[in-house]
Amino acid sequence: MSMQGVKNEEKIELSKEEQARVRERSLKLLGEIIKPVKNRLFISLALVITSQALRVSGPWLIALIIDRGIPDAMAGDSSTVIWTVGGYLATSIAAGFTIAYFLRFAARVSQDIMFGLRKRLFRHTQRLSVEFHETYTSGRVIARQTSDLDSIKELLDSGGSEMISGILFMLFTAIALVTLDASSFLIMLVSFIPLFFLTRWFQKNTRISYRKTRVASAKLIVHFVESMTGIRAVKAFRKEKRNEDTYKDLVEDYRAVNAKVIQLFGIYDPGLIMIGNITVAFVLLWGGFRVIEGDLGIGVLISCILYARSFYEPMENLAMFYNSYQSANSALEKISGVLEEEPSVPEATNPTPLAPRKGHIQFNTVEFAYSNGKVVLPKFNMDIPAGQTIALVGTTGAGKSTLAKLIGRFYDPSAGTVELDGVDLRQLTDDDLRKAVVMVTQEAYLFSGTVAENISLGKPEATMEEIEISAKAVGAHEFILSLPDGYNTDVNKRGGRVSSGQRQLISFARAFIADPTVLILDEATSSLDIPSERMVQKGLQTLLAGRTAIIIAHRLSTVSIADRVVVMEHGQIIEDDEPAVLIAGTGKFAKMHKAWRDSLV
Amino acid sequence: MKKLGTVRTLLRIFPYAKKALPRIVLGTIAAISGHMFALAIPEFLGNLIDSIAVNATFDALLLAVFAVLGMGLLESVMVLLRRWLVLTPGTHVEAGLRRTLYAKLQDLEVAFHDKWPSGQLLSRASSDLSMIRRWLSFGLVLLVANMFTIVVGFLVLYSYNWILATIFFVVMSPLWVLGFKFEKEYHATARMSQDQAGDLATSVEESVHGIRVIKSFGRGSFMTEKFANDALKLRGTELKKAKMVSRLWFYFSTIPDIALGLCLLVGVWQIVQGDLTIGALSSFILITRVLHWPIDSIGFLLSMTIDARTAVERFFEVIDTKVDISDPEQPKSIAEPKGHLVFENVSFRYADAPKEQRDLIDGVNLDIQPGESVALIGITGSGKTSLTALATRLYEVTGGSVKLDGVDIRDLSREELRSHIAMAFEDSTLFSDTIRNNVLLGRPESTEEDLAQALEIAQASFAYDLPDGLDTKIGEEGLSLSGGQRQRIALARAVAAKPAVLVLDDPLSALDVDTEAMVEDALRTVLKATTALIVAHRPSTVQLADKVALLQDGKITAFGKHSDLLASNEHYRYVISSLDAAGKMIEVNN
Repeated sequence: MSMQGVKNEEKIELSKEEQARVRERSLKLLGEIIKPVKNRLFISLALVITSQALRVSGPWLIALIIDRGIPDAMAGDSSTVIWTVGGYLATSIAAGFTIAYFLRFAARVSQDIMFGLRKRLFRHTQRLSVEFHETYTSGRVIARQTSDLDSIKELLDSGGSEMISGILFMLFTAIALVTLDASSFLIMLVSFIPLFFLTRWFQKNTRISYRKTRVASAKLIVHFVESMTGIRAVKAFRKEKRNEDTYKDLVEDYRAVNAKVIQLFGIYDPGLIMIGNITVAFVLLWGGFRVIEGDLGIGVLISCILYARSFYEPMENLAMFYNSYQSANSALEKISGVLEEEPSVPEATNPTPLAPRKGHIQFNTVEFAYSNGKVVLPKFNMDIPAGQTIALVGTTGAGKSTLAKLIGRFYDPSAGTVELDGVDLRQLTDDDLRKAVVMVTQEAYLFSGTVAENISLGKPEATMEEIEISAKAVGAHEFILSLPDGYNTDVNKRGGRVSSGQRQLISFARAFIADPTVLILDEATSSLDIPSERMVQKGLQTLLAGRTAIIIAHRLSTVSIADRVVVMEHGQIIEDDEPAVLIAGTGKFAKMHKAWRDSLV
Repeated sequence: MKKLGTVRTLLRIFPYAKKALPRIVLGTIAAISGHMFALAIPEFLGNLIDSIAVNATFDALLLAVFAVLGMGLLESVMVLLRRWLVLTPGTHVEAGLRRTLYAKLQDLEVAFHDKWPSGQLLSRASSDLSMIRRWLSFGLVLLVANMFTIVVGFLVLYSYNWILATIFFVVMSPLWVLGFKFEKEYHATARMSQDQAGDLATSVEESVHGIRVIKSFGRGSFMTEKFANDALKLRGTELKKAKMVSRLWFYFSTIPDIALGLCLLVGVWQIVQGDLTIGALSSFILITRVLHWPIDSIGFLLSMTIDARTAVERFFEVIDTKVDISDPEQPKSIAEPKGHLVFENVSFRYADAPKEQRDLIDGVNLDIQPGESVALIGITGSGKTSLTALATRLYEVTGGSVKLDGVDIRDLSREELRSHIAMAFEDSTLFSDTIRNNVLLGRPESTEEDLAQALEIAQASFAYDLPDGLDTKIGEEGLSLSGGQRQRIALARAVAAKPAVLVLDDPLSALDVDTEAMVEDALRTVLKATTALIVAHRPSTVQLADKVALLQDGKITAFGKHSDLLASNEHYRYVISSLDAAGKMIEVNN
């Protein structure tokens, strides 16, 4: 099975090749996110080396105090004691300083990594095409950007510094022990054998379990987000109890896999402590034996024991690091999958500049089919001269929206080209294309923020005056003024406070202010009452002067402002002419128009 | 809300952790025992060293080695025991909290959800709760155990040598002050960081839900910049946190070392004086070393505790919210609903509407007889949707009452009320589930015929042609369907619920004229037997209803037949008709 992108991302048991493939891409990502902070990483490494070296010298100085200082002091010379104790104090304070600075530096590094990764993932998901978002579901995208990133953050926060300082501490301790008493060190080396096997066991088991946690956690988030965004429907259809049952199962699944992981760690960690303590006993046996024989000083024995004990101290931290590493690794596997996804509507590699914009659109033998091969729009040609207003009509599912989305490049045609002013859309930069073509859909999504902010999304640098002008033009000014804080009213989550008709008006103002060459309106007035629609159409007359427009509307009132009507059925254009001609004729449109006129009364 | 201190805030979580408490207590005892065994090791070593100094024997050595080995093994067993005791119950507590939070959120009224960004809710349900779990099964246990160990350690130190112990204790005492100061400073920052993380989650959510709008305006980079700005703020807060923690860490790791250094100095002096043996000093040093980690760890356990406190606060911010729209204590019941829906002098305003503004719904009287269907007409923003939402108590009237078959709907349980009244919303929210389950949401026990009939009425037979027919899973929010298709599924869902009252909010807005006509024909048969309130914008939809109510300035200003109102009411004509009084099309051009 292919592991390309997000394909099969919920698979738990991977084959060798799949494992290698997934590991390669997450390691690659790890390398990439570390690269920009490499220099800082080196500085923190230097800090940590210094601090651990200082920390390790502690027991060594204590050995000096006992073995040299005390006899000297007994003999009446207290200078050794003063020097060694002074040295001990100095190294402690220096160690404390370097550790504190190291912590700050490490936080800097990990925050920079997080920031970079957050931004990169956000930007990438924004680049991915609508098609990806439709199949992957928003909940999963959110899970990737929240809980998965959290587990990487956990690794960086606690783990990163713990690991480096832990390893170094152990290294320095080992060096100190070797110089102090090499044979004690050999005993410690033997303890590495059980250590190795224990770690192997832990690694094998956790990898699978952590993968399960990621999947379970994403499912939990998907369900949570869906219930909260659809809360009205949940309540209206009394779905609460059923939701609670579903959620309960999901919570339990997540709890169970999580508990499993924690239990594994609950065996691993005491295992490490046990190995450490047994080793200390052996060091004591061997050292004590030699003290009795008179081969070893008591001070050295104490230091050896101190070293042996402290050698295993960071073990717990290391184990914790390894634990968060395993968890973060599963998250990296998933995130790297999303980052591997290529937008099915790729950006032009060698873009053709577009200037000056006129708005002439051509479909050249265009065909569109879904990735499953189902043809939605069979081959067709169409030419929309600059400045023309086209009404696109036909039954639901005739392919009108698809055609419009091809112009807005939400999709690319499966064959043929769509051209704007003679340039293939695929050759345009996204910036040029979006400046030229704006699409307003029925789903008038508002972002949290003020009404003014939502309108200026069409032109972020717009002044308040421009915002008001555009709102007036579409007849939204009045109702906006009646909101609690006028243009500065927070529209809240999903625009709960403003009605759907008002939402459409705001999104109209948004399009108005964007000032595009080509405007596509896909059922953009469906929720408006007739007076508002009339107002919008009046505004449109000004707006559309000198622009190309494609208007999809079931209410044929739009026709009155159209230069041309294109009738579609089953993905094919069946009529295409001036409105008056079609109305006068006997075709499909004439019938639709009559039915619509009749519906008005 | 009154601000509680750290301890009292954290105590609030214990009722939710009742079942886990015994094991947490046992786990703490295990942790303490583990530490005690670790503390005992130096005692044996000290004795050994002294006995070697006096009279070196293998017996003494072996005894010490076995003691050290035994204590060491016991220590690791205790750690195993602690983890085993505490960790699994911790996950149960987390799961319980998560379910409680979810249930509470579902119980809270729509107005609450309007106010709260969903990312803030999500961050509470995910990272906050796992923070609480980690604290309960790790932070709390170790904090108690380490504190206890430190106290015992001091007592042991005193028993060895009271002068050294006093020096050690006095030098260490500033740590208390530093710890308390830290708690105050750190709390505000921790809170800020958790809130900012919630804001980020909100941005992420909106960027995904609004992806089409962002794409059509080409605002991907604009949104990324905005997001990056927020992320940068969070980064700043996290760095501030790290700075505080690093400072605390400095004190907690350096001050014990300074204390030990002074003790060494005095200890050597005492040995010289003959008041202390080398063995006793060694034991003293070893014990301070054993205490090193518990003391060190206090710093980070403290920050963890404060993080947990903030998470608990955020959890209770939701849990403490009063459910304004709740079930009555003794709900009435309507045995055989007829569907007589009456709005009696109903008024309604959103809680945050400006004071000087009149109520959005300002004294509506509307009597819909059983089986009657009424179209609700009014200009955009006149309150039509809000009025329909009052009927199922998605929002609550702020004056007057809504009655169903003579019973005030506030006297019914929400469950029952919503089983009598079914709604089709304008934005047709569908759930990621099969078509079948989406349609049967309001009445899961329906038969196949009911299902087929509902789909037929809503002209949604396209569902049979989907890859798996009615068992096709439609994407989250039904996004893989077109707007018209989604609307028809949502309509079928309302119809399939077979309610006494149907509330339809502009149910045909996304349909083309042909389909609309077909749906209307089919709906008529349903509406003959069902009471209905239909929000309409078009004359064609109005024709579905027996009567029309005109909502104007918060009141019903006209009620009657479509044709009568068309002839007599100018505002009505203005709202609903594209034709002027003479029956000519109002041209936009003039």
